[in-house]
Amino acid sequence: MRKAFVPLLALAGLIFMTAPILIMRARYESTMGLVQKIFYFHMPPAMLMLLSAIFCGLISMLYLIKKRPVYDWIAFAAAELTVLYGAMAMVTGPLWARKAWGVWWVWDARLTMSLLLWMVFVSYLLLRRYGGPGSETLAAGLALFGMATSPFVYLSVNIWRTLHPLTSVVPTLPVDFAFALWYAFLGFLLLYIALMTMRVRIEEQRALVDQLYLESEE
Amino acid sequence: MTAFLRAVWIIARKDLAIEARSRELINTTVFFALSCVVVFSVSFVGEGGDGRAMGEAAAGILWIAIAFSGTLALGRTFERERYGDTLRALLLAPGARPAVYVGKLLGVVMLLLATEVIIVPLVAFLFQARLFDHALLLVSLLVFGTVGFACVGTLFAAMLGRARSRDVLLPILLYPVTIPVMIAGVRGTAALLAAEPQLEMARVWTMLLLSFDVVFVTLSLWTFESVMTE
Amino acid sequence: MRTRIFLTLMLLRTAALAAQDPQGGFVPVTEVPASEQLPSLPLVITAYAFVWAAFLFYAWTMWKKLGKVEQEITILSAQISKPRAKP
Repeated sequence: MRKAFVPLLALAGLIFMTAPILIMRARYESTMGLVQKIFYFHMPPAMLMLLSAIFCGLISMLYLIKKRPVYDWIAFAAAELTVLYGAMAMVTGPLWARKAWGVWWVWDARLTMSLLLWMVFVSYLLLRRYGGPGSETLAAGLALFGMATSPFVYLSVNIWRTLHPLTSVVPTLPVDFAFALWYAFLGFLLLYIALMTMRVRIEEQRALVDQLYLESEE
Repeated sequence: MTAFLRAVWIIARKDLAIEARSRELINTTVFFALSCVVVFSVSFVGEGGDGRAMGEAAAGILWIAIAFSGTLALGRTFERERYGDTLRALLLAPGARPAVYVGKLLGVVMLLLATEVIIVPLVAFLFQARLFDHALLLVSLLVFGTVGFACVGTLFAAMLGRARSRDVLLPILLYPVTIPVMIAGVRGTAALLAAEPQLEMARVWTMLLLSFDVVFVTLSLWTFESVMTE
Repeated sequence: MRTRIFLTLMLLRTAALAAQDPQGGFVPVTEVPASEQLPSLPLVITAYAFVWAAFLFYAWTMWKKLGKVEQEITILSAQISKPRAKP
């Protein structure tokens, strides 16, 4: 049954593995040189982490309203993927920053907001793991609050200071940069979808197991 | 509307009445906050050699003490409810559920404000800060910040009511979400305590805290309904 | 009214901050002097290796869990559909 996932995983993996070819062929950036190549594997996970977090927040809200288990499964999967992609962004970012800015970390708006969002979803996973029964609803509330607090984190740190390259970089990218970037992004996105469907399936099957246990005891 | 307010007042008054008799929460919370301030002030002594603590640390120390003692107070407020199993009774009562939330929130906020009445002057005393020059601004900063921290805290503490590992989960869940409150509170207080007080910045931070309060009290009221279904 | 003033202040301030930081776009070149390349290489390799390792780890964990859960289901379904020995 899990063989059904192989095609999607294979496609995603293929795109992912061929992305470096495009990345190598893109020209070097003038001020940052080789280290800028990290950008192609930093920006997609960072953006997908943000989108995944928002998605989890919205699905959690839906779960709080409708209480259907499938929303909870999707929210759980989205939270795990937020933490995964967030970890990728948080590791590749400082590696790039060390060369490009000279420091591993700064407290600017975008970084702080991402870090806080990541921490909220790590605490989501801790809650699901150690909170005992009833933690689905609590976790849904947490995801919602995490999503709601992000604009405030962004705003408050913005009022305070900022250093991250402006979002306006992406539209002005030269063609070879853009092509490599969006190709890599596609790879990350497809992997996200593949992993999410697998994860939701696991929860679905676990629910089925619980049901079967009840039936087998009758 | 008046029924709602009356329910809120009854719940808050119940907590106050219990507290007035034993004064357990207020005493322990205040003393814990005092210990925090002292420990942190000692830890952040500047390199000057005259043994005086760093001036810039004052705002941070104040708000960390509020956050830590607030977390403990929240835990124990709901511990009381759980001990007497009164939370379920409250939720079954005919008054609207939001009233339970607002009532508890009011109790926690009053407890924290009472604590702040004691530790804010202490911080001023330790750091030679001129607190009362802009008293109104400082008070609004503290009130809005406390309400912001407490509104998320009350919801999470109530939600965690019977969860396992609830004692350590509360700070784990609460602190990341209330970071904007900490940033705004610390930066705002620092702006006020600076050698040349930056009133405009302090006002900006106060307004940010107010908008945070509005958004999160609303969100908490809505979430409290959905989450506290037994 | 004060909220409106505050919001306008925020917008103006963000715009001002954005304007004063022209850390604009990426500028491409074809060749980079050799002195630039070497110190960056370990960073780039670490970054890519981490991303790959993270993906592989997660996908592998999911694959194992899925297999285990499906195995449980087959066992349980077999138990249920077996005819009962005693009434």
